[in-house]
Amino acid sequence: MLRLVSTASRPSSAGRLGKTAVPPKGRRAFASTSAKHADISLTVDGKEVTVPQGSALIQACEAAGATIPRFCYHDRLAIAGNCRMCLVEVERSPKPVASCAMPAMPGSKVWTNTPLVHEAREGVMEFLLANHPLDCPICDQGGECDLQDQSMRYGSDRSRFHEITGKRAVEDKNLGPLVKTSMNRCIQCTRCVRFANEVAGVEDLGTTGRGNDMQIGMYVEKTMNSELSGNVVDLCPVGALTSKPYAFHARPWELKNTESIDVTDAVGSNIRVDSRGVRVMRVQPRTNDDVNEEWISDKARYAYDGLTFQRLTAPLIKQGDRFVAATWEEALSAIADGLAKTGAQGDEIQAIAGHLADTESLVALKDLINCLGSDNLATDQLGGTAPPVHGVDVRSNYLFNPTIPGIEQADAILLVGTNPRHEAAVLNSRIRKSWLHTTLEVGFIGERVDTAYGYDYLGQDIKAVQEFVAGKGEFAAKFKAAKKPLIIIGSAISEHPDGASVYNQLASYVQTHKNKLLTPEWNGFSVLQRAASRSAAYDIGFVSSAKAAKTTPKFIYLLNADEVDPKSISKDAFVVYQGHHGDLGAQLADVCLPGAAYTEKSTTWVNTEGRAQLGSAAVPPPGASRDDWKIIRALSEVLNVQLPYEDVLALRDRMWEISPTLVRYDAVESTSPDVALAGLKVLVESTKKAAFKGLPFEKPIKNFYMTDPISRASVTMAQCTRAFTGDQESGISDEKGLQAAFA
Amino acid sequence: MSAIARLPKTLPSRTYLSRTFSSSLPRKSDALFVHRDTSYNNPKIPFEFSEENLKRATEIISHYPPQYKKAAVIPLLDLGQRQNKGWTSISVMNRVAKLLEMPPMRVYEVATFYTMFNREPIGEHFVQVCTTTPCMLRGSTDILHTVCQHLGGIKPGETTKDRKFTVVEVECQGACSNAPMIVVGDDFYEDLTRETTAKILDAFAKGEKPKPGPQSGRHTSENSAGLTALTSKPYGPGQFCSPEFQ
Repeated sequence: MLRLVSTASRPSSAGRLGKTAVPPKGRRAFASTSAKHADISLTVDGKEVTVPQGSALIQACEAAGATIPRFCYHDRLAIAGNCRMCLVEVERSPKPVASCAMPAMPGSKVWTNTPLVHEAREGVMEFLLANHPLDCPICDQGGECDLQDQSMRYGSDRSRFHEITGKRAVEDKNLGPLVKTSMNRCIQCTRCVRFANEVAGVEDLGTTGRGNDMQIGMYVEKTMNSELSGNVVDLCPVGALTSKPYAFHARPWELKNTESIDVTDAVGSNIRVDSRGVRVMRVQPRTNDDVNEEWISDKARYAYDGLTFQRLTAPLIKQGDRFVAATWEEALSAIADGLAKTGAQGDEIQAIAGHLADTESLVALKDLINCLGSDNLATDQLGGTAPPVHGVDVRSNYLFNPTIPGIEQADAILLVGTNPRHEAAVLNSRIRKSWLHTTLEVGFIGERVDTAYGYDYLGQDIKAVQEFVAGKGEFAAKFKAAKKPLIIIGSAISEHPDGASVYNQLASYVQTHKNKLLTPEWNGFSVLQRAASRSAAYDIGFVSSAKAAKTTPKFIYLLNADEVDPKSISKDAFVVYQGHHGDLGAQLADVCLPGAAYTEKSTTWVNTEGRAQLGSAAVPPPGASRDDWKIIRALSEVLNVQLPYEDVLALRDRMWEISPTLVRYDAVESTSPDVALAGLKVLVESTKKAAFKGLPFEKPIKNFYMTDPISRASVTMAQCTRAFTGDQESGISDEKGLQAAFA
Repeated sequence: MSAIARLPKTLPSRTYLSRTFSSSLPRKSDALFVHRDTSYNNPKIPFEFSEENLKRATEIISHYPPQYKKAAVIPLLDLGQRQNKGWTSISVMNRVAKLLEMPPMRVYEVATFYTMFNREPIGEHFVQVCTTTPCMLRGSTDILHTVCQHLGGIKPGETTKDRKFTVVEVECQGACSNAPMIVVGDDFYEDLTRETTAKILDAFAKGEKPKPGPQSGRHTSENSAGLTALTSKPYGPGQFCSPEFQ
């Protein structure tokens, strides 16, 4: 089924040129729905192998266990076929065949290990090296360089290079503060170009010139403004694109690799933390097709240097207007004294859970506060002290129900008050992927943003939601006709004054269209969280009761809460801050307890889908800081309400008691349609009388590079902020407008 | 050594200039394939298609399916180049990108790939001297030398000081049977000698337009020595037939 894609290219009555005044963003190529392919069999090195029809020959060879060297081919990118390294011999083919660009044919016989193939690889390698500088000793890619590895394995053992004129020289490009370029080393595999165009959606990178003069670049001088740009460093098979913050810091063989979970957004990207001694040296993505494929956002990758600045390394007690370092014993008894002195009783004891609070400490803190007789549990967001509008009794009311890979099945998406590009960058690339390759239609309500794919703009406030629900407008019709429609509500909506009303409208829309939006196979109602701890907080019921929300707290416990409004804390309240950075929350505190950052503790993180994943400690926490749940456990003893778990396993048993999903790692427990419907019914009932003011939905993240204490302490993120979010003086005014139109 | 010593200082007129084996002029790739803002070439300089050209552009775009509008990028760049005094400025590329709703980078890729898009300003008359093998065998080296000397000793790729002429070396233009040849603007001047080359350049310098085509008196590529075959009178109908058919 072919379609005329992109509203951009559809001829309109205004004429083609009439449309150029407001160019719609982005384009799509012809796309067809993926057909179901039969399997085919072929022989690779004498081994029979069966692969789906339409697979590339290289995939068939891989399936047969033959290793094929390659530079340009990448599973997740379009096929370029320009490095020629993957040559194999195919029966009845007069020449070696580039296996990445050749579809696997039924019954063909392929050899990957013949003299012809060896000779071909050696020849290709020689050509690639003819223009590649011999600077491996000073190249950051050394040790993890595809070219180095493959030249050792497949290349010739001696050089025939006698070119007195020297090698090709290409000027280095400035791609911004994250990606360092050394273009002499480029072998023009174009992986970075394909990534930028297909996945990241910044169509600025390309190849200019031809032949020997061909080079990768932007032609005009500008930086690569993408929140996924760091991935080109991983993709580059040579040292042409390397990481600027990591430049000359370490060699890969010196590093300890720890598999962990990213916490800079609620996607829960799988990461590998590379550390040396007590320092995190870099963060790399880990492949997980269910979550982040193999990409991570720049914040996840480069905010790690924030882990070394502004750290709280010793318990601090405020004396007068300054903090004095203390021992743990002093600090904990100071808290006990403070609690007694304020005379806080019952709901006057409040706990606020911040963005980076892990699940273990959330559970321990909730248990502690409940033991103290309080129900006053808040999350660190606007209106976080009140019970959330969507309620927390049914998980599907606040989770990303269709799951992240499920996005690719959706054929119509409505984004409400969210900019996934900044709130969940990797998830956004899935939407873009789907938008590029399928007939996906996207509708958008909220502050206009550049999402990296085209969308129908419906409006910026509750009125647009009402109109959509009433079925007015072109997009509403498209959405109704869709087979698997998906509503994505941003986490900022529940913070918005009109949030209740929006939830009411959309939940009743889902109820009326439940035959499509809520089926056993598909739950099209989803909330996109943006804080790593939020789903877990809701899962364990870290929300206040209606009664507790009305009390003025006298004792406030901030667990990693750094977004709190200082004005909301009354002057005579006693404030405890537990966290790892001396950020906003610590300034408000009377006692600071130094906790561990996400790279320093092995804790559970629940992402926006409700997928529990276990992070692991890569480095020890600095100074006197401790695992967060242990701090709370120790405090409980001082407060004479000893929590009943001695070790983390007992604590996880407690988590299992609360919700088994919290410890069923790597799996998503989907909510059944009946329960989800019941949840929506409650939601509609509770928000029935909600009034609305008609204020526009603003994007919650103004600066993608600084959203949490770690990224705010990071020098790299500060450089990114300056380079990408400020008024960039490029001297190219028209250019900018044009870019905005297409980017 | 002795060969060099024996070379006469001034070359006799019948000898063609010789060139050593070497690559073409060393080029700094960044000067060629990276854009640098200059006073005469930056995105702030506006470029807009004239009304007539815009009509033509619409017509060109209509040749392609609407979702493949970008297929019109080469003809449109050419159109822009013609309107922009023979060179494709960054503004021309941006305008084409806007017109075709494609990212500017995709246009830059095309414009840098094809050598016939001049990304630097050129003189009023764009002189392209073919130096591919057939022309070279017929003395194009000499013609190139003549052109360069005649225009005040400039080198291929350069423009005269009065900005009237730009000389470039090009590959085969497909007029091998009339080699050597040059292209001035859109016209071929063929069968050149030093003298006729100089005459053509002089005429252009004076603002005249010499007659394009072979400069040797040939009409097209017929044999310059006259016909060597089919010289007798062709026989008419019925000739050599038996009488009943006459």
